[in-house]
Amino acid sequence: MRVGLFVTCLADLMRPSVAFAAVKLLEDAGCTVEVPAAQTCCGQPALNSGDSVDARQIAMQVITAFEGFDAVVGPSGSCMGTLRHDYPALFSGTSAEDAAWRVRAEDLSRRSHELTSFLVDVLKVSALAARYDGTATYHDSCAGLRELGIKRQPRQLLAGVQGLKLIEMEGTEECCGFGGTFCVKYPEISTKMVDDKIAHVQASGATTLLGGDLGCLLNIAGRMKRQGIAVRVLHTAEVLAGMGAAPAIGEAQGEGGTA
Amino acid sequence: MHAPTNTFPQRVTVALHDKRLQAALNHASGGFVAKRAAQVAALPEYEALRERAREVKEHVLANLDTYLERYEAEVTRQGGHVHWASTAEEAREIILGICKRVGAKTITKGKSMVSEEIGLNDALEAAGHKVVETDLGEYIIQLAHEPPSHIIVPAVHKTRAQVADLFDTAHRPLGYTKHLTEVSEMVNEARQVLRRHYFEADVGITGGNFLVAETGSSIIVTNEGNGDLTQTLARVHIVTSGIERVVPTLDDATTFLRLLARSATGQETETYTTVSTGPRREGDHDGPREYHVVLVDNGRSKMLGGPFREMLRCIRCGACLNHCPVYTAVGGHAYGWVYPGPMGSVLTPLINGIDTAYDLPNACTLNGRCQTVCPVKIPLPGLLREIRRQQFERGLTHWPVKLALQSWAWVAKRAPLYHLLMGIGIPLMHRLGRRRGVLRWLPLAAGWTDTRDLPAPQGQTFQQAWKQRKGGGS
Amino acid sequence: MSNGREQVLAQIRQSLGRSGLAPAPITPLPGPGPIPAFSGDVVERFVAKMLEKAATVERLAAMDEVGAAVARYLVDIAAPAQVRASGALRTLAWPEGLQVHYGAAVREDLSSVTPCFAAVAEAGGIVTLSGAETPSTLNFVPDNHVVVVHEAQVVAHFEDLWAKWRATGRPMPRTVNVISGPSRTADIEQTIQLGAHGPRRLHILLVAG
Repeated sequence: MRVGLFVTCLADLMRPSVAFAAVKLLEDAGCTVEVPAAQTCCGQPALNSGDSVDARQIAMQVITAFEGFDAVVGPSGSCMGTLRHDYPALFSGTSAEDAAWRVRAEDLSRRSHELTSFLVDVLKVSALAARYDGTATYHDSCAGLRELGIKRQPRQLLAGVQGLKLIEMEGTEECCGFGGTFCVKYPEISTKMVDDKIAHVQASGATTLLGGDLGCLLNIAGRMKRQGIAVRVLHTAEVLAGMGAAPAIGEAQGEGGTA
Repeated sequence: MHAPTNTFPQRVTVALHDKRLQAALNHASGGFVAKRAAQVAALPEYEALRERAREVKEHVLANLDTYLERYEAEVTRQGGHVHWASTAEEAREIILGICKRVGAKTITKGKSMVSEEIGLNDALEAAGHKVVETDLGEYIIQLAHEPPSHIIVPAVHKTRAQVADLFDTAHRPLGYTKHLTEVSEMVNEARQVLRRHYFEADVGITGGNFLVAETGSSIIVTNEGNGDLTQTLARVHIVTSGIERVVPTLDDATTFLRLLARSATGQETETYTTVSTGPRREGDHDGPREYHVVLVDNGRSKMLGGPFREMLRCIRCGACLNHCPVYTAVGGHAYGWVYPGPMGSVLTPLINGIDTAYDLPNACTLNGRCQTVCPVKIPLPGLLREIRRQQFERGLTHWPVKLALQSWAWVAKRAPLYHLLMGIGIPLMHRLGRRRGVLRWLPLAAGWTDTRDLPAPQGQTFQQAWKQRKGGGS
Repeated sequence: MSNGREQVLAQIRQSLGRSGLAPAPITPLPGPGPIPAFSGDVVERFVAKMLEKAATVERLAAMDEVGAAVARYLVDIAAPAQVRASGALRTLAWPEGLQVHYGAAVREDLSSVTPCFAAVAEAGGIVTLSGAETPSTLNFVPDNHVVVVHEAQVVAHFEDLWAKWRATGRPMPRTVNVISGPSRTADIEQTIQLGAHGPRRLHILLVAG
């Protein structure tokens, strides 16, 4: 299967290891993976802030870049949710141009998948050769959970990681307060929400936090670091690809190892 | 109710520092969340009921004029009167007119959100009528001269000590001199005090959870029975209801009633479900002599024709509030108007103008939990996003946000330039943060860095690294 | 206010893309909606639901036991031996010593006795229809409300209730009350308290047959 990797801007800029992990998992599962260079962002910041003009134009760029791949896969529930659910509605005008783009957007939508759901639901991956020694808890990112139904899939894959003990925390489905631009527009509320999430993480007793969306993970890790809370934060893909020993999110190089 | 205030940020700060409010909100909302979940788990037909409720509402909305006319005809046939108010002002005038005509001195009120929406109490009091809220929560906030902070439990933010103080001040002149400490004592005292008002009332005003076209009936649900005492003991009963509340038949009302209490308070059903039709009949020994329904439009008929039509399905259950992390963090007063939480963030700018209440639709992470629990499947995050789109289109979006967005988008649309710029900036940021693993501060990012560190970029961008891995080509 | 009426209807029609008269008769949705299924005897379920919701229930073999049961209940709850009853219960045999008055409730009434039209097993609830012989203030004003229910009056679901009313051919009464327990509130510190405004107690006399 010929897969186009949707890198996501956060993985591209902040944590490429997540994207490399995604590539490895897809290649190990038998896909050929290409990374179109003409991609930057899914356009969520514009879309969610009401700038539908820019959102449309970014969508057109994405649609064009990923034409022809059997599947478009990305390590983020919110980005892939945007491609699946929001792109077609951006082209709902009555012009012939809109109609043509809508068809292409719907085609992209059908081919777009979040990474863990692609591995489990489409490729039916069952066994992984990864190892991670430690206890981890899982944060269900909102968009992935509610737009794409991502819940069981990451847990199923993590259950196959040797040495890993997954502990469920309270409030796994509660929003962490990232919300894209929300966290900088309404920082006080956002901080309260992330503190509530961190309290649940700590109460679980796990020493690692995993999740499928870098926005959430950067938010939670950033707050924990500021408060000196030493829980390792990693993207699910990194652990599944056996890269869990590298420095976690917010850790300096030289730190690392499993917890 | 006065116009919405635009002081959301300031109110949020106050609310977040009010630990007692936080505790009260968590306790109340948490309780409702757990109880609702238990009810849903015990009802296999829940999803089917939700879908049916959505269908009935859509069917009614598509035929709203017909159903309202049918409803009106039935009410009239049964001896009642229907009044149509296009605006909040018209609604107030109609009600003031009725109260003046009958020489009303005391007016009792059952809970009616729409009456708060149209600012009824202030208008009645200004015209010299005494208005007494009878729902205990509404009574408490009336004494406190505050707006409700939750649409189902309006006084959720008050401690019993605060209630005791309010009762001291209000009830002492009536002869109640004991300072109370127990909840049971306070409920008892309120019962005595309000009893007198019920029996003295000339006019009783209630809301209408549903209006039934088949029979010309209004339905209210309460746990306290205050709505019943309000409407039965007064000479005149006035129902205030939004035009979108009409349903075709009693059986359709039943579908909604199966969802309402479960979604609102996590009860299987509320204590009292009352179906009222017209004034007292010949031979009756009790009941109001006049029955009026004031149908309030106030922007709803306009909503019907646009992208916010689905908001008209709302049955005011409050489930969205209880499940919203922003609402449970800041409480209802922060929203500055009658309706808080997700539904309030949609309705406030829709009813008052898109240029009002700027923050409400923006103070949302679009996490979607509200939509998941809405008994009539309103796509609340989508509606909030559409309001943001209209704000943007009208140039209302705050300029720093707009500037940042459009700068980002300008570059993001130009992939080669984007990769070039990021290829320089990101490794630089990495070097700045490499030692600690985080950046403590970044220009223009105070919203983040005031309370959080920013994990440093790992090094190159992925696109740079990928290009190298593929050996220089791409 | 015909002006308001015309304005509202006109705006509704404009929003719906219609210019004037409503179209030909609407096709209603096929009914009924989903009905929560339950198994078991409807009377037993009714009793269980009422008890769950803090009502009390006493089972009697026949109507001629009602008067004595009312008198006993008042003794049990230490209330005066005096009730206001619906005119429809005029033919009941009341015991000596129990003062019974008929009609609508007055403020001083502490206890009332009413019949009902039906009872619903689905979620619990007795159903009264207001009328000359069944004033509805008896359901709300007194502290203690006693309701006489026949087992045969218990229906399974709300749809059955509406069907039962339609079958009577009677017009809608001024009020239909569905009452599933005593009055309650949780408005102060989320603490549940009975007897907010309506009755503090709801007592069901469930007569066989």
